[in-house]
Amino acid sequence: MLALDRVGKTYPNRVHALSRFSAEIRPGEIVAIIGGSGCGKSTLLRAIAGLDRATSGTVTLDGATITAPHAKIGIIFQEPRLLPWLSVADNIGFGLSDLPADARREKVTRALARVGLADKANAWPRELSGGQAQRVAIARALVPQPEVLLLDEPFSALDAFTRRDLQDHLLDLWADTRPTLILVTHDVDEAVVLADRVLVMRPRPGRLFEEIAINLARPRDRNSLHFDNFKRRVLTALDRSLDRNVPDSEAAANAGEAMWW
Amino acid sequence: MTIEAPVLERPDAAVPSAASARLSRFARPALGLLLPVGLALGWELAVWLGYSNGRLVPPPTKVFATIVELAKSGELSRHIITTLSRVAAGFGLGVVAGTLLGAVSGYWGVARRLLDPTVQALRAIPSIAWVPLFILWLGIFETSKVALIAVGVFFPVYLGVMGAIHSVDRKIVEVGRIFRLSGPAMIRRILLPAMLPAYVVALRVGLGLGWMFVVAAEFMGASEGLGYLLIDGQQLGKPAQIVAAIVIFAILGKTTDWLIELATAPLLRWQDAFGRERGAA
Repeated sequence: MLALDRVGKTYPNRVHALSRFSAEIRPGEIVAIIGGSGCGKSTLLRAIAGLDRATSGTVTLDGATITAPHAKIGIIFQEPRLLPWLSVADNIGFGLSDLPADARREKVTRALARVGLADKANAWPRELSGGQAQRVAIARALVPQPEVLLLDEPFSALDAFTRRDLQDHLLDLWADTRPTLILVTHDVDEAVVLADRVLVMRPRPGRLFEEIAINLARPRDRNSLHFDNFKRRVLTALDRSLDRNVPDSEAAANAGEAMWW
Repeated sequence: MTIEAPVLERPDAAVPSAASARLSRFARPALGLLLPVGLALGWELAVWLGYSNGRLVPPPTKVFATIVELAKSGELSRHIITTLSRVAAGFGLGVVAGTLLGAVSGYWGVARRLLDPTVQALRAIPSIAWVPLFILWLGIFETSKVALIAVGVFFPVYLGVMGAIHSVDRKIVEVGRIFRLSGPAMIRRILLPAMLPAYVVALRVGLGLGWMFVVAAEFMGASEGLGYLLIDGQQLGKPAQIVAAIVIFAILGKTTDWLIELATAPLLRWQDAFGRERGAA
């Protein structure tokens, strides 16, 4: 269990990026964090990853406090961040240097096949398309079998078609070992298609605003009415988090939808 | 839309016929040779036709004859070996010192604040200004010459290494942190490969300066070496010998630079650079 207890972050320049954020995330759960810009969602993710330390509160994984990168926590960034001097296969095996060469090679080969890039094992990162590179990044993060995988707007740099493919592909990979996924995004579609739970954040300072459970069976149909209803709920919450007026019709639809369930 | 033209041309360039490929492979360097060879032939012709006596500017055949003559007597190889070994020793020392200090200043903020201002101040001194001091300290013989070359090589290597470490992408370093690399592993697996391209450039700049400084070093009282040939040619009024030494400097400089390029090419195959694609075609 990943527990966030009143996590706060104030940067040295006195920017209060995150304030008393608390949440408990069950193993295997997929949580999307969504919010306007400056709501501290990336700050939160970096605190969970151990890349930046929170200035107050604690992040604990199974009782152990996270203050530095942890073996059980992986992360995928917005950019693939592949090492350009390593082949695709060596990039995927980057986190496995403790293993003997045979075991490493076997895992890498399996991971490459799993993300559909078996023929690219010896390619350089520069020879990959954006979507392929991000798949390599996903494979690199998953191959050490993390318990928690953090994703920081992982598909936002990709075109709409590739993004959909990769969202489905991510769910498919997730089903293998069911790690906890925590996804920061500003794409409502993405949050609703992937997450069990959407946490809507509010900016200045960043804090939790609303929590929406997505009670939809997987695989989810992006064109279904239920899907649309959840999307509208998340959008409405987002609008309210930014103190925007919500049109009456939407509010009504929202109310109706709540009754619907 | 002229900017797009090279991209559009590429499909044709990718599948050239064997003959045109062979042609372009030789035609490209040949184009570069056109100007110097043309000038040399023109001058040769001018002297042969009697438009000039060619005494101060010797025609190519005379320069070539001088080189052959020097080579036959065994003098040429002696001068080349002397100069090469001076450059090698000075380059080696300069590279080691520049790499070490550059790495320390690049990696460690305290060292940079402590060290860098002094190094930058020393860099502002024209290096030839060291010559009298080096001669006083180290004598007129090899040591002072090697020291001068090393000083010339040191600064570009130092700056190159420090800048290269500084410009390593923070995002890539974070990848190393996520995989919990130890300090040495971070250096070996992230920093060194990331800074390698800039380091190679620094080495090549350093080598170029090494060749520049060996001439200065050999001007200060050498009894052998290519720089001595220059001075000797001036004092005895033998312009052909001066031009011969210049030609040999050019050949040696280009060759050693090419050797660095050749030695590091396998390590830099991953680079995604503009010059690479075009140059390889």
